[in-house]
Amino acid sequence: MIPAAFDYRRAKTIDEALALIGETAEEARFLAGGHSLIPLMKLRFSQPDRLVDIMHVPGLAGIWERNGQVGIGATTRYVELERSRILQDVLPVVAEAAGEIGDPQVRHRGTIGGSLAHADPAADLPAVMVALDAFLDIVGPQGRRRVQAEDFFQGFFTVDLAEGELITEMRMLPRRTAAYAKLHQKASHFALVGVAAALEIEAGNGADGVCRGARVAVTGLSTHAQRLRGVEASLIGERLEEEVIRAAAERAPEGIEEVNDDLHGSAEYRREMAKVFAARAIRRAAARA
Amino acid sequence: MAADATPSPGGKHVGQRLKRREDPALIRGQGTFIDDVRLPGMLHLAFKRSDVAHGRIVRVDTSAARAMPGVRLVATGADLQGVLPSVPVITPFPYPDHPAVTPDKVRYVGEPVALVVAEDRYQAQDAVEAIEVTIEDLPAVVDAETALRGEPALLHEGFANNVALRIISGTGVTEAAGTQDPEAVDNRELDAAFETAEVVISQRMVNPRIAPSAIETRGVVAQYEATRPYLTIWSTTQRPHAHRRFLAAALGLGEHQARTIAPEMGGGFGAKKIYGEDFVAAALSKQLGAPIKWIEDRSEAFLTTTHARDVIGQIELAAKRDGTVTALKARLVADIGAYEMLLTAFIPTLTHGLLSGGYAIPVIRSELIEVFTNKMPTDAYRGAGMPEAIFFVERSMELLARELGMDPAEVRRKNFIRPEQFPYKTAAGNEYDSGEYERLLDATLELAGWEEMRAEQAAARAAGRLVGLGMSFYIELCAIGPSTMFPDGGWEHGSVTVERDGRITATTGASAHGQGHETSFAQVLADQFGIEPETITLLHGDTAVAKQGVGTVASRSLVVGGTALLMAGSKVKAKMTRFAAQLLEAREEEIEFANGEVGVAGGGKLSFEEVASYAYAPQQLPAGTEPGLSEEAFWEPPGMTFPYGCYIAQVEVDRETGEVALQRFVGVDDCGTIVNPLIVEGQIHGGIAQGIGPALTEELRYDEHGQLLTGSFMDYAIPRASDLPRFELGVTVTPSPLNPLGAKGTGEAGTIGATPAVVNAVVDALSELGVRHVDPALHPEKVWRLIRGGER
Repeated sequence: MIPAAFDYRRAKTIDEALALIGETAEEARFLAGGHSLIPLMKLRFSQPDRLVDIMHVPGLAGIWERNGQVGIGATTRYVELERSRILQDVLPVVAEAAGEIGDPQVRHRGTIGGSLAHADPAADLPAVMVALDAFLDIVGPQGRRRVQAEDFFQGFFTVDLAEGELITEMRMLPRRTAAYAKLHQKASHFALVGVAAALEIEAGNGADGVCRGARVAVTGLSTHAQRLRGVEASLIGERLEEEVIRAAAERAPEGIEEVNDDLHGSAEYRREMAKVFAARAIRRAAARA
Repeated sequence: MAADATPSPGGKHVGQRLKRREDPALIRGQGTFIDDVRLPGMLHLAFKRSDVAHGRIVRVDTSAARAMPGVRLVATGADLQGVLPSVPVITPFPYPDHPAVTPDKVRYVGEPVALVVAEDRYQAQDAVEAIEVTIEDLPAVVDAETALRGEPALLHEGFANNVALRIISGTGVTEAAGTQDPEAVDNRELDAAFETAEVVISQRMVNPRIAPSAIETRGVVAQYEATRPYLTIWSTTQRPHAHRRFLAAALGLGEHQARTIAPEMGGGFGAKKIYGEDFVAAALSKQLGAPIKWIEDRSEAFLTTTHARDVIGQIELAAKRDGTVTALKARLVADIGAYEMLLTAFIPTLTHGLLSGGYAIPVIRSELIEVFTNKMPTDAYRGAGMPEAIFFVERSMELLARELGMDPAEVRRKNFIRPEQFPYKTAAGNEYDSGEYERLLDATLELAGWEEMRAEQAAARAAGRLVGLGMSFYIELCAIGPSTMFPDGGWEHGSVTVERDGRITATTGASAHGQGHETSFAQVLADQFGIEPETITLLHGDTAVAKQGVGTVASRSLVVGGTALLMAGSKVKAKMTRFAAQLLEAREEEIEFANGEVGVAGGGKLSFEEVASYAYAPQQLPAGTEPGLSEEAFWEPPGMTFPYGCYIAQVEVDRETGEVALQRFVGVDDCGTIVNPLIVEGQIHGGIAQGIGPALTEELRYDEHGQLLTGSFMDYAIPRASDLPRFELGVTVTPSPLNPLGAKGTGEAGTIGATPAVVNAVVDALSELGVRHVDPALHPEKVWRLIRGGER
């Protein structure tokens, strides 16, 4: 667990970060907390020649509400998500999911941008971002662009991020009726299966209202965070009674290919747990109506 | 019967909850651990380790590594043949050669095949990465029961069917240590017991392989001074004196030319004794004329710090319908890994000795087979053979209770060794010193509110919840000794020096690594001399400071080491008494030590310091007395101590996921006299956590090729504080008659007792689904499959 030699540079601005990444022909990586990258480097699975630390770039961390949207800076640490009053009020699902990541040490160092860019198949926040239909603001040598979270996650540790590009911010609409439920892998505390459900429930009727919109996403089940479209379809237009939730959750494995299968959970178990945790997330989200 | 309110008899300080004096430095980061040892000119050692479980080394190409910056030496196992002695083993039985760096064959993933010494740790690792090893694969032996048929391969020449040792012990075997000759066994009593049994319980049970997981990994710094010649070696060892002995011999030195220092250690748990890496560091320091440091990383720790348990037991219990157990028979298959380390072969033999548990079982027989496989060798880990025994016995008692429809507490009560039977020699051969088991059981039931728990469980079950209660009654074997019982010496050493200013410097050979000796031993001496513990310093962990020692192992430090210190203290006290009697013109019998004074009750008194000072400059020596106040003692116990306790666990199983939530954990422990209740509670808490881990989540898993799948804390789950309920604990105190302190030891108690309590609780929770037994670790998916099977 001794990494190979690398060059460490600390950027003070986004432009400087992009320049530091761009100027080297060797492999360079942004460092945004390092709770995935550093362990990989210590195992020598990853051997970048240069790390560009963006944790000290002003304005890249923080949580704000603006123009009816919530913005989260890329270098915002999990603990800040967990404790944010804004998120607890208008997007409790983000605070809830952040609070279930890893352990206190991880939550004090790891960042949302780092997690999304790394895209571990069992990371918690990708599912939450997909369920919330978040946008990622990305900056790179070719300028700025936006991408929907759902399109951003493409496969096993594979995201829509070109060489030299950097996530700066996540933006999403407030949604109180969203929740995250997770089966912990007991060693790593990654998600064996985690499901985020974001519901639009007809106003005024509490949990008895009709579900007008549903986005449900899973992590841990397959190569990357994905929507559970069958579940969503079974919720929309329905009152979220227990039978409805159960029947919808039964559809969780629909359309999911390449189901993970390892010593912590077989594919069969994970499929079943996707149902269980889909139901739990939906119930919890509905209860927030 | 309630638990004892006063945990301990004793003087002013014994029995007090003194905070550990070790802690302020440790929690401020001021301790000196092995990696803090930095010497001028020190070089760094790193190992190239096999990534193949079983194979023949065809070629080790070190040319690229040799050319890398900072590299001082690259060596293969072949280069080191004849330079290094083999890794030491203490056993009366045959064992295979175990080179510190293998020259020809690899037998487990992680086995050293080459090494690099470089100017810094990074350069050393870079060069290790550049070494190319070509290995011709052999089939990996990963399953002990298959290995026993000699399949798919043999690990060592001379060990047919991969059997390291086969030993039969107990009823019908004349030799106390067991026999290897099945023909020499008299089966009549055993057969009769099973033929006449009204009930027979038979169950195969597995204790999974686990990792000791100390928070600090291993490490060594070796400094060889050629001109003296003298070896100073810092090592994460629980046994500095044994370490010095083997290391000195390895370098062709006498013990007078070597010094082992065990600095602060982040846990040992039995796994940190003597390893090949230490030999390598010492030999290379001699060869290169520079200090050599090696620090194990966590990946190496999972692969190459000794593992533990991995024992399969086929357990049979014969009983009457009233619950009386008449015989226990066990066939034990221990997967000991690829080689033997210091006590590898010895540890599974300890299981037999506790197969009586806390019960008067008249007939006990075991057959133990130790098997080589292509895995890391096993050795001691908190409990060392005892958790296996108690797991087998306590699961069997639970199965018997279920079979007979009896309350699990009552089945145990029915079979307890009664107080008047002590000292009690079990059919497994050990002589238990003292105990009041029924009193402790009742204290536990009262503390738990057993009847209420059972009622609440019934209500929860009626509501469809899978709530389970599990009990275990454990026995721990402590204070291993005398020397006839412990292959490496059953004594401990202590010295007490009353300094000229009346302060005390004491030394113990029981080298602590987190157990709080500096606090508890000071309490013992403070009461002996009637002074304050703050005026006493205990030194340990350095062979140049503590003259001799066995170390801190087998829950024996306070009992054996504490008593040795007390014995040394008695000699000093006797001498001080002579000086005081002379100064006060009193008779020696009148002299008392109390409140920092030495003198006659109701008469003349001197301060402790005055007497001490006088002893170093006596104006008139008492007859037959030398000046000075410094004495030492070796003490060997007449027999072993057997603390015990009862644990009750309450769990709820999530029907949907198979997750087990541990809701309550109640226990009463009896470790004899308690010197420091805070330290005992700490030991019990840590022990319980390390017993719960293997019940629920801890399990080292190898694949069919001998690759370790759980080689990091991302895959190997030790319990976190948040996984554990608040432990509800009490004590009873039944002093041991075998030592003047009345202490019994407690270091391994929690680990031994907790695993069966939790597993019993989970099985109980699942019993309505028809589940009779399940082997740990109880991973959610494993439990979920049982639930699915049961519901179908």
